[in-house]
Amino acid sequence: MSEKRLVRVYLVDDHSMFRAGVRAELDTLTDDIEVIGEAGTVGEAVAGIGHLRPDVVLLDVHMPDGGGAEVLRQARKAYPEVVFLALSVSDAAEDVIAVIRAGARGYVTKTISSQELVTAVLRVAEGDAVFSPRLAGFVLDAFADRPGAAPISDPELDLLTPRERDVLRLLARGYAYKEIASELFISVKTVETHVSSVLRKTQLSNRYELSRWASDRRLV
Amino acid sequence: MWRAPARVSILDVTAALREHGAVETDIERSRTGVAVPGETRVHRRRTGRAVAGVAGGVADHLGVPVLYVRVAFALLAALGGAGVVAYGLLWIFVPQVPADAPAPEVTGRERQQAFGLVALGAGLTIGAGTLSGTVNGWVAGATGVALVGAALVWREADQSQRRRVRGAVLGGGGRAAMIRVLSGAALVATGIAIFLISSIGLDQVQFALLAVVAALVGVAVITVPWWLRLVRDLGEERRARIRTEERAEIAAHLHDSVLQTLALIQKQVDAPREVLRLARGQERQLRSWLYGPSGYGRASAAEGLAGGSLADALTRASGEVEDTFAIKVGHVVVGDCEIDERLMAVVMAAREAMVNAAKHAGVAEVSVYAEVEAEKVTVFVRDRGKGFTPEEVPDDRHGLADSIRGRMERNGGEIRLRTAPGDGTEVQLHMPRAKVST
Repeated sequence: MSEKRLVRVYLVDDHSMFRAGVRAELDTLTDDIEVIGEAGTVGEAVAGIGHLRPDVVLLDVHMPDGGGAEVLRQARKAYPEVVFLALSVSDAAEDVIAVIRAGARGYVTKTISSQELVTAVLRVAEGDAVFSPRLAGFVLDAFADRPGAAPISDPELDLLTPRERDVLRLLARGYAYKEIASELFISVKTVETHVSSVLRKTQLSNRYELSRWASDRRLV
Repeated sequence: MWRAPARVSILDVTAALREHGAVETDIERSRTGVAVPGETRVHRRRTGRAVAGVAGGVADHLGVPVLYVRVAFALLAALGGAGVVAYGLLWIFVPQVPADAPAPEVTGRERQQAFGLVALGAGLTIGAGTLSGTVNGWVAGATGVALVGAALVWREADQSQRRRVRGAVLGGGGRAAMIRVLSGAALVATGIAIFLISSIGLDQVQFALLAVVAALVGVAVITVPWWLRLVRDLGEERRARIRTEERAEIAAHLHDSVLQTLALIQKQVDAPREVLRLARGQERQLRSWLYGPSGYGRASAAEGLAGGSLADALTRASGEVEDTFAIKVGHVVVGDCEIDERLMAVVMAAREAMVNAAKHAGVAEVSVYAEVEAEKVTVFVRDRGKGFTPEEVPDDRHGLADSIRGRMERNGGEIRLRTAPGDGTEVQLHMPRAKVST
């Protein structure tokens, strides 16, 4: 790849202390990322995203006035080129699935190490998806074949391929993309393709678990 | 053996603090959620209303010009008074917008149109009624007078409710209000009287009976707003009480757990490892309280197999290792099932593997992944630590041989080990599931 582009990041979290922490970590750890602004409320965030057009928005899931899902709802249609990475303390399935289905390209928990956060930001900026092990677990769970589950209406969206399942399993086991690639004898690029395809299915599938988790947060 | 993690990421600490915030947000959400269930409810307008703001409220709700709604009501009134009845029902059952809500601008022209349409609606009702002959003129006239009277009284009730909200019960023309209410009541009484007079000719007993019923109806009609207010106030009071109780429960829990831990953390600032341990322990506890199977966020506590499922057992095991060795154990469980003797052995073996990783690998984080399938249960315990050569483990170390391999094999399972110096360690535990006779 040629000259690396600076990734412009916008922080959305209602706790200023947390924003300051992330900003300091991103500033000291890497030169590839620049924090260009931050917001503490949904309205502020939507306005800021429209004004600054960042590459990546680091989005808190829990905020007053609807939280990250509300920001996604208001900003995603208008600025489709902006990529959202959800960042949350909550590991509850309905929160995770809700922001993913609202259009986030990835989900990481706030206890993630700074280096991993940098990697995640760069990865979504490239257009790839980022799954925390917990999210990978939820998705596997949601796509599992259970006796008595609802019939599959769209096999293209409602089923995972065996390969996608393998990749998700390794993600849930805490493997990095590179480790997954060598484990499955495929290239990192292929791993990324599989993960992106799983993300698309998670966002669009009508499987009961996914829509239920999302509707628990009044999303669909 | 292994060094303590050199630093506690600010992310860790703020994440723990953030939990606290998340709870606040939830209270906030439930409060507004109770008071205004959904933003899509119809509310009657307070300003720019011709009679009671019903048409305006419906127009706001549907997003159409208020003129259309008024015309629709007026035209419906021609159909045997259906528009009038609909309007009255909406008046009774639709609450007014909160007094502090922003009021839309109203032009004089719109107001004129509104009053014109009210007159038109009234005219149509009476006209259509008499023309079709379904009601004779006497009854129509009487009902009309009574309706106007009732409208006056109800309208006044709306006003006084607003004044009460503003905190000035008697402020702003108490005498005029009184006159309006009294004249409204008088009109209702007159309407009923006209109706009764028109029914003269019945015999004495029937007439007396009819008069009593009519008087009761009159009183009921006039007092409708006060009954409604009573019911609404009662509901409001109940909701407020529930909110207070909920708040007290959350406050008590936060005090016993989070605040105590935060106090401890402040005392331990010089020991990052201890701070991390406290923060992780507290995070886990709060998380299970908020999201766990018997936690606060779950409506039906009895639904989960509290303590009896594989996922719970693994969660407990990794929690214990976290507490004991001050490391982070990230665990993911896909699927779940009730635990039996064999699966307990798997959990114990996994715990031993975690302990080994915590003791020997020299890392701050261990990943645990468990998957429950129809025929078997698989658990992976993995670290990115220094790894080892299995052949070089001294014979006097029993952890791997006895606690993990022996335990698994005794129960019909197997273990695979993947490790090399510098390459981390992964312990894979496979256990076939007992055939359940379901």
